[in-house]
Amino acid sequence: MSRIAERFASLRGRGRTALIPFVTAGDPHPSTTVPLMHAMVGAGADLIELGVPFSDPIADGPVIQRATERALARGVSLAHVLSMVRAFRAQDPDTPVVLMGYLNPIEVMGYERFAVAAQAAGVDGALVVDVPPEEGAELVAALRGRGLDLVYLLAPTSTPERIRLIGEVASGFVYYVAVKGVTGAGHLDLDAVAARVSTIKSAIPLPVGVGFGIKDAATAAAVAAVADAVIVGSAIVSRIEALEQTPEAIPGVIAEFLADLRAAIDAVDAG
Amino acid sequence: MATAPAILSDPPLPAGLGQGYHWPDAHGHFGPYGGLFVPETLMHPLAQLREAYEHYLGDPEFQAELDADLQDYVGRPSPIYHAQRWSRDLDGAQVYLKREDLNHTGAHKINNTIGQALLARRMGKTRIIAETGAGQHGVASATVAARLGLECVVYMGEVDVARQEANVYRMRLLGARVVSVKSGSRTLKDALNEAMRDWVTNVDDTFYIIGTVAGPHPYPAMVRDFQAVIGRESRAQMLARTGRLPDALVACVGGGSNAIGLFYPFIEDAGVAMYGIEAAGDGLATGRHAAPLNAGRPGVLHGNRTYLMEDANGQIIETHSISAGLDYPGVGPEHAWLKDSGRAHYDAITDAEALAAFHTLTRTEGIIPALESSHALAYAAKLAPTMRRDQSILVNLSGRGDKDMHTVATLEGLVL
Repeated sequence: MSRIAERFASLRGRGRTALIPFVTAGDPHPSTTVPLMHAMVGAGADLIELGVPFSDPIADGPVIQRATERALARGVSLAHVLSMVRAFRAQDPDTPVVLMGYLNPIEVMGYERFAVAAQAAGVDGALVVDVPPEEGAELVAALRGRGLDLVYLLAPTSTPERIRLIGEVASGFVYYVAVKGVTGAGHLDLDAVAARVSTIKSAIPLPVGVGFGIKDAATAAAVAAVADAVIVGSAIVSRIEALEQTPEAIPGVIAEFLADLRAAIDAVDAG
Repeated sequence: MATAPAILSDPPLPAGLGQGYHWPDAHGHFGPYGGLFVPETLMHPLAQLREAYEHYLGDPEFQAELDADLQDYVGRPSPIYHAQRWSRDLDGAQVYLKREDLNHTGAHKINNTIGQALLARRMGKTRIIAETGAGQHGVASATVAARLGLECVVYMGEVDVARQEANVYRMRLLGARVVSVKSGSRTLKDALNEAMRDWVTNVDDTFYIIGTVAGPHPYPAMVRDFQAVIGRESRAQMLARTGRLPDALVACVGGGSNAIGLFYPFIEDAGVAMYGIEAAGDGLATGRHAAPLNAGRPGVLHGNRTYLMEDANGQIIETHSISAGLDYPGVGPEHAWLKDSGRAHYDAITDAEALAAFHTLTRTEGIIPALESSHALAYAAKLAPTMRRDQSILVNLSGRGDKDMHTVATLEGLVL
C-alpha cells in the first residue's frame, strides 16, 4: 500500500477529513520550503502538495504565477524540489508528499530518471496538470514501476465517460477542481460541488479531494462536509507573498492559518 | 486563367491523401509530436470542438459559406506574382510570390480566423478570444468578430503592445478589448498562456481562436486545413502559369501556419522541395533567436509536444527576433514531424538578413513585405542562385510590411 493510500485509510478509520496545503517549492526562497512543510504538518496538514515551478503555468491564477516567478528567479528546478523533499523526509517519514506541476520539466529529466529520483527522495505521487490519461500511459508506467501514485484532476466539465476513464488510471486520490477556472479564482457553488463529488465517488473507489476556490475556514468546512480532502493553495501562497520580506515569519503565520482551517474541518467531522 | 474561382470550392484535402500522408492520427499525433496536453477542464470542450470541426469540414453548406467569405471578404484567390526584376538580379531560379499580403487585413491570418469564427457561430459561442504577437492574428480575429457581432478579447504581451501600437489601435477600432499581458516574458507565449486561462474560466460561451498550427489537437490540424487554401491555390496557379509545379517552396516559420498552409497540398509531390525558415535573431550561435527547429529540442508546451526553446531544466526561455510574429519558443507539431521525417528542410535567417531582404524587395519590386515574410525572402535570395534559370521558387509573401514601419524606422534612427 502506498503512503498516500495508508494515510487515507488511517484518516478514514478516525473519521477525519484530510487537509492538504499546497505551496510552491522555493517560494519566496529555497530555504523557506522545508521548515514550512514541517510547520504545516504540525498545524494539521495530512498530506502536502508541493508545486514544481514551471515558466508557463497555464492552469494557475496570478497568485501562484507570481510564486512560480519568485521561485524561478531563485533558480529552483525539479532537481532542487526533489532535494527539498529528501530533506523533509529525513525528519518526517509519514506525511505523504505529492508534486504538482507541468510535464515539461519531467519530460526533460526523463520519465524513468524522474521516477527513480522521486522515489529515492521520498516523493509519494505526482499530479501533472497538463497530462490527461490519453497522454499519460508512459508516465504512469514509469511512476507505478517505482510505487508512485499519479493523481488526476477531475473538472466540472468532465463527462461520465471521462470520470470512468480517469478512475481506471488514477491512484492515491483524485482531485476535483471545484470551479471552471485557474487556481485562486472563482466562487464556489457548494451544492454543485456536493453533487459532483457524489457522482465521482459512485464511479471511482478512491478518496476525493476538492480544491480551487477554498479561501477560508468557512469554505474549508463546507467542502469538508462532502469531500475526503480539502485542498488549499492560493490562500496560503498569498499569505506567503505578503511575508516575502520577512520569510522567517512564514512558517508561523501559515501554521496559524492552517490551524484555523483544521479546527473548522474537525468541527464538521465531529458533527 | 490562373485564378479560377473553382479552386475555392475544392474541399480541404483529406488527411490521408494519395500515397498515404495521413497525419495527425486519431489522437492528434504527428509521429511523436502534437497530442493533447491540457488540464482536464479543457478535455471535453476540445472533444466538442473536434466533433464540430469534423462535422463541418464535410458540410457543403459550411464550406460554401467559407468559400464565399474567402472570395468576397478576404479577396481570394490571392495572386501569384512573378518577381522578374528580383529574379534577374538573383541570376538563378525564377522567384514567384504568393500574395497573401493582399488579403483583407494584410496577411494570411484571416484565412483561419474566418473559418474558426464561422465554426464558433455554429457552435453557439458568443465570445471570441485570441492571442497575438505581431498583432496580425489579433486584428484578423477582431475583424471577423466585428463582422459577426461577437464579443472579442485579444491577449497580447506587454512587450508586443509597445512595439506594435498601430495594430493595437486597429483592434480597438474594431471593437476588441486588448489585454496587455504582464506575466513571464510578456510576449506571444505569455499571451497564449493568458488566453488558455481565460478559456478554462469561460469555456461555456467562449471560442478560443488560436492563430497558428500549435496548441492542443484539433488546433494544429484545423488551422492547417483552413490555411491550406494557400497551397491549393498556389498549386493550381503555378500549373496554369508555368505548366509545372514549383521546384521549391519557401515560407517563414514562427508557429508555422502560413508555411503549413503552403506546404500541405504539396506534401506528396516529391519533386517539390520545402523550406521553412525560422528567425535566427542575432544569430543561432548567440542564443538570441527564435529557432526551435534549428537549435531547440522536443518538449511539451501549450498543449502539444514539439521542438522548444528551453533550458536544461525544462523551463521555456526567452526568444528574440526582429519580427514579433516569429518571436515564439515553440513551433507547430507538424513542422517537427516534417523535419524529423526529412520531408521539409528548416533553416534560419538573422534579423540583419531579413532586414536586407525587406529593403531589396521594396526597392526592386515595389512591394513592402512584413518582417516575418522577409525571412522567407532572404532565404529565397540564397537559394535562387544555386538553381537553374528554368527552375522556380514559390515564396509565401505571408503579410505586408505596413505594420513594421515603426520598427524599421526606429532601427534606422528615425522617429515617425
